[in-house]
Amino acid sequence: MATVVNPVAERENYLNQEYGVRSWLLTTDHKRIALLYLASITFFFFVGGLFALLIRLELLTPAGDLVQADTYNKLFTMHGQIMVFFFLVPSIPAVLGNFLVPLMIGARDLAFPRINLLSWYLYIIAGILMMHAVLTGGVDTGWTFYTPFSTAFSNTKVIEAGLAIFVVGFSSILTGLNFVVTIHRMRAPGMTWWRLPLFIWSMYATSIIFLLGTPVLAITLTLVIFERAFHLGIFDPTRGGDPLLFQHLFWFYSHPAVYIMILPSMGIISEIVPCFSRKRIFGYSFVAMASIGIAVLGFLVWAHHMFVAGMSIYAALIFSFLSYLVAVPSAIKVFNWTATLYKGSITFSTPLLYAFGFIGLFTMGGLTGLFLAALGVDVHVTDTYFVIAHFHYIMVGGAVMGYLGGMHFWWPKISGRMYPESLGRLAALIVFIGFNLTFFPQFILGYLGMPRRYWQYPPEFQVLNVLSTAGSTILAVGYLLPMAYFLWSMRYGKHAEPNPWGAAGLEWMTPSPPPTFNFEETPLVTWEAYDYGNIRSSQGGPG
Amino acid sequence: MSEHVVSTKLYYAIWIALLVLTGVTAGVAFIDLGPFNTIVALTIATLKAVLVLLFFMHLKYTSEKMTSVVVISALFWLLILLALSLADYTTRPLGVN
Amino acid sequence: MSDSPAIVESHNPEQQHHFADMEQQRQASSLGMWLFLATEVMFFGGMFCAYLIYRYWYYPEFAAGSKTLDIRLGAINTAVLICSSLTVALSVRAAQFGKRKLLVTLLVATILLGLVFLGIKGVEWASKFEEHHVPGYSFHFEPQAPSHPNTKIDPQRIQIFFSLYFAMTGIHALHMVIGVGLFAVLTFYAWKGRYNSAYYTPIENAGLYWHFVDIIWIYLFPLLYLIDRKK
Repeated sequence: MATVVNPVAERENYLNQEYGVRSWLLTTDHKRIALLYLASITFFFFVGGLFALLIRLELLTPAGDLVQADTYNKLFTMHGQIMVFFFLVPSIPAVLGNFLVPLMIGARDLAFPRINLLSWYLYIIAGILMMHAVLTGGVDTGWTFYTPFSTAFSNTKVIEAGLAIFVVGFSSILTGLNFVVTIHRMRAPGMTWWRLPLFIWSMYATSIIFLLGTPVLAITLTLVIFERAFHLGIFDPTRGGDPLLFQHLFWFYSHPAVYIMILPSMGIISEIVPCFSRKRIFGYSFVAMASIGIAVLGFLVWAHHMFVAGMSIYAALIFSFLSYLVAVPSAIKVFNWTATLYKGSITFSTPLLYAFGFIGLFTMGGLTGLFLAALGVDVHVTDTYFVIAHFHYIMVGGAVMGYLGGMHFWWPKISGRMYPESLGRLAALIVFIGFNLTFFPQFILGYLGMPRRYWQYPPEFQVLNVLSTAGSTILAVGYLLPMAYFLWSMRYGKHAEPNPWGAAGLEWMTPSPPPTFNFEETPLVTWEAYDYGNIRSSQGGPG
Repeated sequence: MSEHVVSTKLYYAIWIALLVLTGVTAGVAFIDLGPFNTIVALTIATLKAVLVLLFFMHLKYTSEKMTSVVVISALFWLLILLALSLADYTTRPLGVN
Repeated sequence: MSDSPAIVESHNPEQQHHFADMEQQRQASSLGMWLFLATEVMFFGGMFCAYLIYRYWYYPEFAAGSKTLDIRLGAINTAVLICSSLTVALSVRAAQFGKRKLLVTLLVATILLGLVFLGIKGVEWASKFEEHHVPGYSFHFEPQAPSHPNTKIDPQRIQIFFSLYFAMTGIHALHMVIGVGLFAVLTFYAWKGRYNSAYYTPIENAGLYWHFVDIIWIYLFPLLYLIDRKK
């Protein structure tokens, strides 16, 4: 390693401006809060991943021989709850969103820095509640908390888990509120709406869902808690309550929630693809409007999770039709990314490899969603591994890959260090292979009829399950590698230039890592977004 | 919200209107209007809510369009929840509750 | 501003440093509060959705349950909240004119009216407990002289009305408690002279919250108390 002290490292930035635990735990700097979140969500990613590994271990053999049935119910419930509410929903918004939104619009911080810190503390409180529930008996209702099992029959920590999710929901509502106000009121001079990076558009669209969807989950969980604690009868069939009412209220949030999980990832892809094609994104305004379109249309389709639950067939028809509509804006984005790559000057950097993975896998996951939206097909594949494969293709093949791509793309800005590029590409490949080996067999399993949430299965399904479990171990290695080399890079990585990728965007016009107040002077924007015709790639890009 | 100052006279007028409407809605409830009882009650409630929104919450006087956008969006989203849920409940076969 | 060569920008001590000026800060806070109220519309909206569906299904039970609520107390409480909205609106005006004593008086009046509301609510809830109209093991419903004697009231299904009654008025009352606490804090700062014509945003935004809670009650009153009062 170089023995010369790099003068860049001694410049004051948000990391070295102040030291000590108090300066981190009482910070209102959006960049530090982003790192606090990074540590927390990574922790929960590993807890959720641990449950996944236990599930896959049980499913190695057809017999239920690793754990008991009741324990298995707890494993898939807590895997789902932790992954959805404590990793997928917060990950990109709370880490990359918090870090980048002010930088990308030329602001000094978010509109409400103290509320930002409060959001993180709410997340931590919720996390402690959740871990306590996990460690003192767990929850076995499925992440979907369906009534009347959750209200009247389950003997597990439903109230505590419900409370934890309520609190983490408020954490995300406040984040969404912060983003919307910031984007409306704190853009730098010249940063008009149509010059905003598409990542900002996707954060805005995600925030709409945070604000208008999450409160319905909050009240639904509150009613479940009231029912368990105070014996109210809103969902109790013996008193005339309708279990489907719970499902309507639950899915009113939880379907848009999946768009919370994918829109930020799509925003990342919209940043990575132009950079490594050296081209302006194709159809900028269409991609921006498609983000808003997904957020709005996503609220109109929730009952496609209830086709076989006993709802009216006429309502099912309406929801099926609307579900086909919501695929259109997503498809527009995929076409536009592809068109951006066409005749571009491509660099196969680690972020772009993850973007390729995203585009392919998200498309597969999204198309299988259309299979499920068809009423006739859904009757056969609902509640089977087909559904599990569908949403893991989107959540893992899509959202997590986008997240990893984004972490690699902005790592130099966040840490001031470069990660080792060849290891990055290797890890991306391992993730891709591990992912497909884990989840493609599950499409087949579901089509062949293997139900979800079963802890034992007929012997003819074993081969595919063994393949899936093998894939999951490879996937785990793929996830551990970046953790290892990101940590390594913080000490030994090459110091990063302000713009190592030659990317467009205000965040690349400030040092890596940025100073506490982001910019020496408030930028004045006079150029369009993705101005790649005029940016010369500095310092030769990834090495 | 703008620096607009509302006169105390207007505030008191709205206050009286709200109290009168409350009396009306309570009184009308005792008169048999068939299905219109509900419609009248909700109309009066909405009228009261609009008065509070426009005058007490200054929605009429603000120069920021975003405020109206937020209010209309919230109401529209509530409508989505209510309307599409009812689409299920009103089209279920008779005899099921 | 200073006319000395040294450029010392004097700005309002209440201006936070990440904002360019007070106007940007004021606009941001206001938009933030309206967005928060939008989330509250959806929060209460879930319960209104449940109410709508069950009233559609179980109208006779809802009507019978509604009749057991004290319409006079409900109407009085509605009037109390309307009066408190007036004091809130006048308090914003007092702050706009920098009238400290008037502001404090109006804020205290608002708090007192809020406490009256909560007191009356407590009385209503207590009577529900005594009448065994609380859902659960000790629930017991004796239908009063029905206006439609041929309609049977299902004693189990009517629990759903009371479940929604307690959930909706309970969560509303919780919001009132939070509002009273908020106004207590504001009263303290107002008494210290923190608010004037250049800075009264917290009064304005807390007022928005209070008016919203009033609007929720404006709907709760007819929906819970006035379902079927025909003689």
